[in-house]
Amino acid sequence: MIEILDILASPNFWAAALRIATPLIFGVLGALLCERAGVLNLGIEGIFTAGAMAGWMAAWLGAGLWGGVAVAALAGAGFGLLHAVLTVPLGLSQHVSGIGVTLFATSLSYYAYRTALPDVTSPPRITAFQPLDIPLLSDLPFIGTVLSQQTALTYLALAMVVVVGFVLYRTPLGLAIRAVGDNPSAVEAQGLSVTVLRMATIVAGSALMALGGAFLTMSAFDAFFFGMVNGRGWICIALTVFASWRPGKALIGALLFGAFDAFQVRLQTEVGAFVPGQVFLMLPYLLSIAALVVVARKADYPRAMLKPYFKGQR
Amino acid sequence: MIRFEPRENVPPLLRLGAPVAAAIAALALAALPIMAAGAPVLDAYALMAKGAFGSLFAFSELLARATPLVLTGLAAALAFRARLWNIGGEGQLYAGALAAVAVGSGALALPPLLMVPAVVVAGALAGGLLMLVPALLKVRLGADEVVTTLLLNFIVLLFVQMMLEGPMKDPMGMGWPQSEPMLEEATLPKLMARMRVHAGLLIALVAALVVHVLLKRTVWGFEIRAVGENQDAARHAGIPVTATFLRVALMSGALAGLAGVGEVAGLKGYLTADLSPGFGYAGIVVAMLAGLSPLGVVVAALFIAGVFVGADSMSRAIGVSNYLADLVVATSLIAVLVSGLFVRYRVRLVRRGQGGSAA
Repeated sequence: MIEILDILASPNFWAAALRIATPLIFGVLGALLCERAGVLNLGIEGIFTAGAMAGWMAAWLGAGLWGGVAVAALAGAGFGLLHAVLTVPLGLSQHVSGIGVTLFATSLSYYAYRTALPDVTSPPRITAFQPLDIPLLSDLPFIGTVLSQQTALTYLALAMVVVVGFVLYRTPLGLAIRAVGDNPSAVEAQGLSVTVLRMATIVAGSALMALGGAFLTMSAFDAFFFGMVNGRGWICIALTVFASWRPGKALIGALLFGAFDAFQVRLQTEVGAFVPGQVFLMLPYLLSIAALVVVARKADYPRAMLKPYFKGQR
Repeated sequence: MIRFEPRENVPPLLRLGAPVAAAIAALALAALPIMAAGAPVLDAYALMAKGAFGSLFAFSELLARATPLVLTGLAAALAFRARLWNIGGEGQLYAGALAAVAVGSGALALPPLLMVPAVVVAGALAGGLLMLVPALLKVRLGADEVVTTLLLNFIVLLFVQMMLEGPMKDPMGMGWPQSEPMLEEATLPKLMARMRVHAGLLIALVAALVVHVLLKRTVWGFEIRAVGENQDAARHAGIPVTATFLRVALMSGALAGLAGVGEVAGLKGYLTADLSPGFGYAGIVVAMLAGLSPLGVVVAALFIAGVFVGADSMSRAIGVSNYLADLVVATSLIAVLVSGLFVRYRVRLVRRGQGGSAA
């Protein structure tokens, strides 16, 4: 018990938790934006992969780290646009379209990687983002130690929580986005286009998701591996329900998840000799299912979610 | 301006033609990534066709590859008919394979005649029970089955790895994480001498017939279709919606579990953690290409299997990455989704201001 408290009181532990949480923050923010506009985006797993691959590839080809981040966001936006076209004006099944986008984005990323690097045995590396020391911030007790171990992309993720929260709750645009996922005919009555609002929100949300992927290859690691996304996208979909579609709660949910994951890694070094490693690797997925089950009954899904909308319909 | 008008009667030719057009479109679009890889496009197509249909051996490979795809395709088609989103075919396949190995590799002493049936039942049961978990979480607690089935895929694969490195590891396996081999009498017989196509194909074809009859001719089938079309209306009409979901979950999971049985008992002879190159996910594409029709699943599975086998063989010959196959499979899912639009709607070009608001 004392040991657990020791771990929880250590800034290094929370630094690790925040690092693990970063791609999830991007992913949950992206997913909640899409769902707030009324569209489930199961393309997320593939968009993570595309962001990871495209961002890394751009940086490796010499576009610079921020160039890579921009390319990743563009790739995410592109696949988001595909999902948006299929689900909004065409009104096709959001489930099937999302799975289609995931399969497409994943296989295209793998194909492109293999085609660009046919014979490599060990994946080539880039110089990844380094921890960013912000003078006054890193002098703070505890929080300073946690933050000074993070890269620019983690700061960007934290900033996006504020930005997405501000846009959703403090701007007319956010009001329109929330309304379009709850009561689209009311939005149309205001003279706004449901189609344009939904499509633009999906594209923006997908770009955010891709940044989660870019974090994996450009900050957490410095190379691209097949299967490295490993269900993180699906975990984000579960966490979005857990966060009841709110950016602040998304940050808390992702941090809790990161803390749990960091904790199981420490546990693994303690009792790893007695328990097979796979048990620990299963925990994040089990936790995601548990998180979903706990909130499922009272989950307040955006009312028009999964429902296509056609002009003039009531 | 483009307008979609719902069709009152869908011409049967269009219903059949749309997925065929989607498959052809997906194959044609593959020319772009082949060109991007700097390979000769026509040669690549010729090599793919030869690899899939060019010889008796190629055809046997095609059928062997289609076998699990028919079963995972049926699993998805049946569940989707009831609008139960079972995306967990991959995990259920591994659960079926694990149970088949557990029963068929010597742990259980059974008379030889009972061995194959025991292996088949164990695999189906494991897949079915695994799918029952997310179905129960859905009907009892309201947890979305898409996410739970997807996450279970990862959990099951880790569990399989754990078993293969632990209690089920083959002591004679030179340290590789693989199971003990299936007993001779627990193995599904091969259908042709020196070829890999095995009796699992017959199980898959019978399963397609059974699901077809179930959906078309039985009360359960009627209930499944009613729940899929309109859950609330079905409930008002007195159809047991919860029981229907659970039944569909068991049957759908069992079908995917059978795919795993075929792979270990018919093809590989033992279990490794890389048994399936994504048959569970490809099954979704098969089901959608088939328009969720059980008999259509057989045809769609042959197409997808042809893409995989053909791309593998082409990849060995001229070095274009065999991820091309996954790309074609993904493209055909998106293409068939779009083609469905042309089946359900007549697409009209309308000049602005002409009968606009009446829609």
